Amino acid sequence: MKVLLSWLREFAPVDGDPTEIGDQLSDLGLAVEEMTTIGGGLDGIVVARVLDLRPHPDADRIQLVDVDLGDGEALQICCGAFNMSVGDLVPLATLGTTMPNGMEIARRKMRGEWSNGMLCSSQEIGLGDDHDGIMLLGSGPDLGTPLVEALEIRPDVLYDLEVNPNRPDAMSVAGVARDLAARQGVPFSLPDPSPAEVGADAADRLAVDVVDPVLCGRFVARVLDGIAIGPSPRWLANRLTALGMRPINNVVDVSNYVMLELGQPNHTYDLDALAARSGSGAALRVRRAADGETVETLDGVVRTLSATDGVIADGDDVAVGIAGIMGGASTEIGDATTSVALEMAWWDPQSISTSSRRLGLRSEASARFERGADPEVADVAMRRFAELLAEAGATLAPGTVDVRGEVPDRSPVRVRTDRVNALLGTDLSRDEMAGLLAPIGFAAEPAVGDASSADLDVVVPSFRPDSATEIDVVEEVARMHGYGAIARTVPSSTITGGLTGYQHDRRAVRDTMVGLGLDEVMPVPFLAPGDLERAGLPADGITVANPLVAEESVMRASLRPGILKTLAYNASHRLHGLGVFEVGHVYRTPASPQPLPDEREHLAVGLGGRDAGGAVAVWSGLADALDCRGYELVADDPVGLHPTRTARIEVDGVSVGHVGEVDPGVLEAYGIGERVGWLEVDLEALLALPHGGRPYHRVSRYPSSDIDLAFEVDEGTPASAVRACLADAAGDLLADLSLFDVFRGAPVADGRRSLAFTLRFQADDRTLTDAEVAEVRTACIAAVEGSLPATLRG
Amino acid sequence: MLPDLDRHLTDAATAVAEAGDLDALRALDAELLGKASVVTEARRELGAMEPDERKDAGRRLNEVRAELERLVSERRTVLEAGQRAAVLEAERLDLTELDRGQRLGHRHVVTQTWERLEDIFVGMGFTVAEGPEIEDEWHNFGALNFPPDHPARDMYDTLYVEHGEPGSTLLRTHTSPVQIRVMEAGEPPIYSIMPGRVFRSDTADATHMPVFHQIEGLVVDRGITFGDMAGTMDAFTKAYFGREFTSRLRPSYFPFTEPSAEFDIRRDDGSWLELAGCGMVHPNVLQAGGLDPEVWSGFAFGFGLDRLALMRHGIDDLRELFRNDHRFLSQF
Repeated sequence: MKVLLSWLREFAPVDGDPTEIGDQLSDLGLAVEEMTTIGGGLDGIVVARVLDLRPHPDADRIQLVDVDLGDGEALQICCGAFNMSVGDLVPLATLGTTMPNGMEIARRKMRGEWSNGMLCSSQEIGLGDDHDGIMLLGSGPDLGTPLVEALEIRPDVLYDLEVNPNRPDAMSVAGVARDLAARQGVPFSLPDPSPAEVGADAADRLAVDVVDPVLCGRFVARVLDGIAIGPSPRWLANRLTALGMRPINNVVDVSNYVMLELGQPNHTYDLDALAARSGSGAALRVRRAADGETVETLDGVVRTLSATDGVIADGDDVAVGIAGIMGGASTEIGDATTSVALEMAWWDPQSISTSSRRLGLRSEASARFERGADPEVADVAMRRFAELLAEAGATLAPGTVDVRGEVPDRSPVRVRTDRVNALLGTDLSRDEMAGLLAPIGFAAEPAVGDASSADLDVVVPSFRPDSATEIDVVEEVARMHGYGAIARTVPSSTITGGLTGYQHDRRAVRDTMVGLGLDEVMPVPFLAPGDLERAGLPADGITVANPLVAEESVMRASLRPGILKTLAYNASHRLHGLGVFEVGHVYRTPASPQPLPDEREHLAVGLGGRDAGGAVAVWSGLADALDCRGYELVADDPVGLHPTRTARIEVDGVSVGHVGEVDPGVLEAYGIGERVGWLEVDLEALLALPHGGRPYHRVSRYPSSDIDLAFEVDEGTPASAVRACLADAAGDLLADLSLFDVFRGAPVADGRRSLAFTLRFQADDRTLTDAEVAEVRTACIAAVEGSLPATLRG
Repeated sequence: MLPDLDRHLTDAATAVAEAGDLDALRALDAELLGKASVVTEARRELGAMEPDERKDAGRRLNEVRAELERLVSERRTVLEAGQRAAVLEAERLDLTELDRGQRLGHRHVVTQTWERLEDIFVGMGFTVAEGPEIEDEWHNFGALNFPPDHPARDMYDTLYVEHGEPGSTLLRTHTSPVQIRVMEAGEPPIYSIMPGRVFRSDTADATHMPVFHQIEGLVVDRGITFGDMAGTMDAFTKAYFGREFTSRLRPSYFPFTEPSAEFDIRRDDGSWLELAGCGMVHPNVLQAGGLDPEVWSGFAFGFGLDRLALMRHGIDDLRELFRNDHRFLSQF
């Protein structure tokens, strides 16, 4: 909502410099998004006439314009706009002018042609939002007249306010003025014009039937006669322009002016056109639409309605407009219009909101009705309308058609003084609260009429539909008291803060990855259709119902596509061999129906240019960091991973993920030309399993003995099996066991390899004798040879 | 009759000083002090002397022997030191040649901000809660006091997913639904923050992404006031940005809080930066979370996490956070 300081001052004598007023508006909850000074910096801008238009010999996007400033001389200007014609009056910034944005106008050459000034768009001179073309001035002013004079521009300040959805009252200049007056402690009053009433009574000329009183809480209509359609007075047009509306003609402009000023959207019907539509005379009928009913709206579009939409129909029950959203083309006022029926209604916010969304049609009117307009402002708004249009010859007919339906209940709200103070941390008295509320129209009296009561009964004004309960009034007390005036205290938490075990572990996971030299990445969790399949995964991602683009239409079921895209992106910038990891959520359709999809947090690691060995090292580093013992790597060939270089990670027999390499076919599909070591772990599953206990093992003070054993082992037998067999046979005496060499080739037979282990034996309570070491060595050899296709190498 | 020991000492001193290495010194040691040395031979002669003469000669021999030992020992110390120095010199390295830049990995700049915020709030006595990124309509809107079709829902461009009834399941548009989940999970007191990933139907540009991060806060206890909220927000600001930062609250609107406020901090140039939305938890929201608003009161706040990351490092384009370019990631 934009407001002009001069307009605000018509309702209240607000004081202070513009910046200070802006701060007060922000502090009232009407945040100033932009403050613009109007009418400043226009010295040197004058009215000029276009004499000739010629193409620039050397540039397509600039033309040469000869203009006349009144001396009959042709002055050449280079101009980037093409919307003007010979004879048009345009604003010219003459040489030496400083524009509102600080730019100085000097004579300069543009592609070899002199420009002796600048023609201005309305935006460039701060008079509107239009920057597509040069501002065209209507006929009238003499050439050379300062623009400020020609346009009757008075210095002013424009505030662009952010109005929250709970403040429909502030979608009007008067509403903003009311808040500001309350803050400044100055009186506020609405206009109360009493234009003369002449002619036949409106009630005899227009019939109104409200069929649906829920849809339409109030329908007020009056009649104006003697209208001569024409342009609006300059001051009014200037105000509309400043607030972002384009002046059309005097009736449309007054309609918009009243809406902006008082917040009451309104609609004008050509009364004769309306009467001509039906044998029974001019009539308006308010009802719900029939499914499939059509109406052509003012913007020339034929709209198909549904039974939830409200319409206004003529005497023959043919729709002539969509209730609260947009009027119809058939009764639109035109140049020949002399009498109008003026409608000011209150529509059910929910109905307008639903229709407006369904139709995809937003208007200034619907924006106000769906937030909740003031059902009681119509009377004054009608008179204001007539007053403003009187200059155009319009007269107000006596009589008002006023049909009331259902509007929200406005019973007093009980407000407990103690409760207000308890919630705000203030120490306001009952009467102080009442005093804060009165200037914004909240009438607060001691509860149940008892002056000794500690509490208040508050009647909420009709223009504040958002306020209906005690907490709403608490907010108003806080707002008018000033948020900054409430003393700041820090509650001492009555609980112990901290991270959960899972959150601690997740930090350890990240720290471990970083320690291993991996960079954390954060691809978006959206995928394009086919991304999962290209990564060798089932297409079981959750789909987005209303994606903006197809590339963001599937939610990832695995972190794999995102990491592969990351590696491919970096490789395309000649960044190869990157090791990256991600911790993030994946989403899957649950196996059996449940309220929400299956969502879990995963860890994935992609090692560009490294093989499965690198990935296994990352896993074992992670297992060590988390103290996750007793895991097994079981050869596996899940789709999308390298079929002979992948293992399933099992912890206590539960599968928690896979480690190995990405399938070369998948890498090709993603355009990656190097091997990619891969690890993906369901972090929630892994961290739910026993880990991190770190029980203490006493360090033995007795000497240890080392032996080396090398076995020739069948390729089908995993090293982990030999390791497990050795550990089992060595029992409690085993202090350490490591695989220190793997050897293939002669003299080891094809299909077999040599695995060499070092075993360290140690007892907690004695020095082992040579005989004991020999005995356990023999047991180890016997166990491996006896249970596996393995033989000790000599 | 003793040999000319003075002369012997002088000769020996010269020879020892000329010994070039430890091997030469070792040979000299044997020659001067061994079985065939002048002093050992002379000692054998002592027995043939008269007692008086023998006593003087014996003393003289001992002195000479001690002096010879001293000469050899001192020379050995010098030679050993030289040899160690030579070995060390031979090991000389150019360390700048060895500095090839050991790389560690890097936590994502969003993670770093996330954890920094967690640490501050944990220090203030808060726990950290999380919730699902795909939410139901009730937790994201209904329980947060958004009536169906209410214009306030337009403040969020919601992405829905195909799951259950149409419109029933969505990508959470804010972290606020976790407030409800925390209230559902147990009785107050609640002092919790809820960082997480949120979604909007937005086209990516320098300041918008369809996915980004927020951090939510919720305090529910007996007697919590608006003043407590103001104080908590201010304490956080000072902890995160520095003691010199000041803040203000101004009225705003969120369906799930009342009174509601925007929380601004003052920039160096004196202008205000809108940082967070906050407010007293609306009684309807407490009720949706199963709590009696006459017993419990509280406040909630929420703000964008990514923007704090951008601000800290002077990053000017939100998209960089999600592009995953190594040249970006490795800077932090």
